[in-house]
Amino acid sequence: MTHIQTSPGVSPPAGDRSVNKRNGPTGQAPPAGTTRPGRRENLAGYLFMSPWIAGFLFLIAGPMVFSLYLSFTEYNLFDAPRWIGLRNFTDMFADPRWRQSVKVTSWYVLIGTPVKLAAALAVAMLLAQKRWGQSFYRAAFYAPSLIGASVSAAIVWRALFSDGAVVDRTQKLFGVETGGWIGDPEMIIYALIALTVWQFGAPMVIFLAGLKQVPRELYEAAEVDGAGPWRRFFHITLPMISPVLFFNVLLETIHSFQIFGSAYILSNATCGPADATLVYTCYLYEQGFVNSRMGFASAMGWLLLVAVGLVTAVLFWSQKRWVHYEEGGR
Amino acid sequence: MSLLTAAVRRRGAGALAWHLGALAVLAVVLYPVVWTIGASFKPSADIIGAPELFPGDPVTDNYTRLTEGIADIPISTFFMNSAYIAVGSVIGVVLSCSLTAYAFAKVRFAGRNAMFAVMIGTLLLPYHVLIIPQYVLFQKLELINTFTPLLIGKYLATDAFFVFLMVQFMRGLPRELDEAARLDGCGHLRIYWSIVMPLCRPALITSAIFTFINAWNDFMGPLLYLNEPDNYTVSMGLKMFIDQDAVADYGGMIAMSLVALLPVLAFFTAFQRYLIDGMATSGLKG
Repeated sequence: MTHIQTSPGVSPPAGDRSVNKRNGPTGQAPPAGTTRPGRRENLAGYLFMSPWIAGFLFLIAGPMVFSLYLSFTEYNLFDAPRWIGLRNFTDMFADPRWRQSVKVTSWYVLIGTPVKLAAALAVAMLLAQKRWGQSFYRAAFYAPSLIGASVSAAIVWRALFSDGAVVDRTQKLFGVETGGWIGDPEMIIYALIALTVWQFGAPMVIFLAGLKQVPRELYEAAEVDGAGPWRRFFHITLPMISPVLFFNVLLETIHSFQIFGSAYILSNATCGPADATLVYTCYLYEQGFVNSRMGFASAMGWLLLVAVGLVTAVLFWSQKRWVHYEEGGR
Repeated sequence: MSLLTAAVRRRGAGALAWHLGALAVLAVVLYPVVWTIGASFKPSADIIGAPELFPGDPVTDNYTRLTEGIADIPISTFFMNSAYIAVGSVIGVVLSCSLTAYAFAKVRFAGRNAMFAVMIGTLLLPYHVLIIPQYVLFQKLELINTFTPLLIGKYLATDAFFVFLMVQFMRGLPRELDEAARLDGCGHLRIYWSIVMPLCRPALITSAIFTFINAWNDFMGPLLYLNEPDNYTVSMGLKMFIDQDAVADYGGMIAMSLVALLPVLAFFTAFQRYLIDGMATSGLKG
């Protein structure tokens, strides 16, 4: 056994540790295991943390500072970055394709996230009833979440939503003629949203776990009082699961902002007919890695960070109004 | 007597209605998967237009065409690359995230709370603010077109979600266990390895499977960092398939898509309990 920081061989037996080097209470013996010699404990902590500390410095904090710097420069990876002040940002607002990418992403987040969460909650409520074979259903509904983000799923989606394929034929049965969603700039975004909604498994499982914690007596009492299913849903279920609802809204919204792979593949690496699926990250990728405008792409990255930060802040601020935690709950 | 049977029958009818409803929703959800399986046995020309779910006259050409590889590269190359990255990621995440989680959950060191807050903060950080500078960094280090950029973060515990999951799990372990071990003179490394790690198996397995599947499905990482077809992962192989076919060989593409999903589906069927329970706890204790 290799001895690193807190090698047991050299540490005195627990009972003798009454006099601590720094912050231990002197005089009486501390309860073993709760108060340790501070310096040794610190060393142990930092050694265990060292992979994360290195990762944070070199892969997260350092790059963030660097990208903030790059966002004020023109940089093509080969010549030295040239300081241009706020030009990347002003160019961005003047760029119609950038505005299109903001529009597409906002639409995707605003439609996709609520629909996905509604589907997740509906299926979770169905599965919350105790029935035979429940774990089978749970697994089967979860499965698309695992494959949904893959290139395979996007390829299948292209096949399902193209002209003359399943979706198109089904529509014709109802007398709707659109001729496939993939080639249609109006419709392709809904094919992308459908692909997202299809992956409702992860929030569903979280909802399910939340629903199981709602005390049954509440429903029984409400039923005795004559509350119908809608009232029970809005006055018991929703408030009781609001913490998990908050968690799901937060996570799904943040993820939706960052969609890339499925939008890229669904549109055959073109970001859609007439930029219809030009999501924000697609444009960031194109500017940075196809057009070698690293400064511009960094500026885009920072704006995304600010947008996600604002949305997170608003959600956290709003939770006071609608999220009921057990202590303060009803 | 008849009242009792009526009640039983009514409950039976309720259960039947529930199962029919659940199966109907499930049919819609799993339709794309079943369709893909059926389509992979249809002749290429029939895939888009044929109305039936399964071909009347199944063919296997789509699969035999795969044995020829994509653009002269055997598809086994893509699978080996993906497997290497996925397994390498799993080892990295399990080791580095559990060490970090142990420090957060079990070691009382100065600055622990501040670091924990920072770690949770990175959970919400969009990856896209980092891709440009990380790319520049790896380009300067001449690591483009190697697997290092795809793996290094896994060994440096940058997947905050798994650290978080493991911290939650470790905090749930009874304190008495590590206190007893300390009384017996065990150091942190010993407690971590011999006591906490074995007890954390569910959290470790959950993280391992999620890591494997995420690494296997990853598209943006390989798209950025791999530019020699010999190094391509399965995702990139699929993309090549799209690129090289102007007319779209739907049969080959669908067959390859399905084959690409097999490891994910296999992992899922084997470990779905852990995965789903792990997912459920992540939301509850948050």
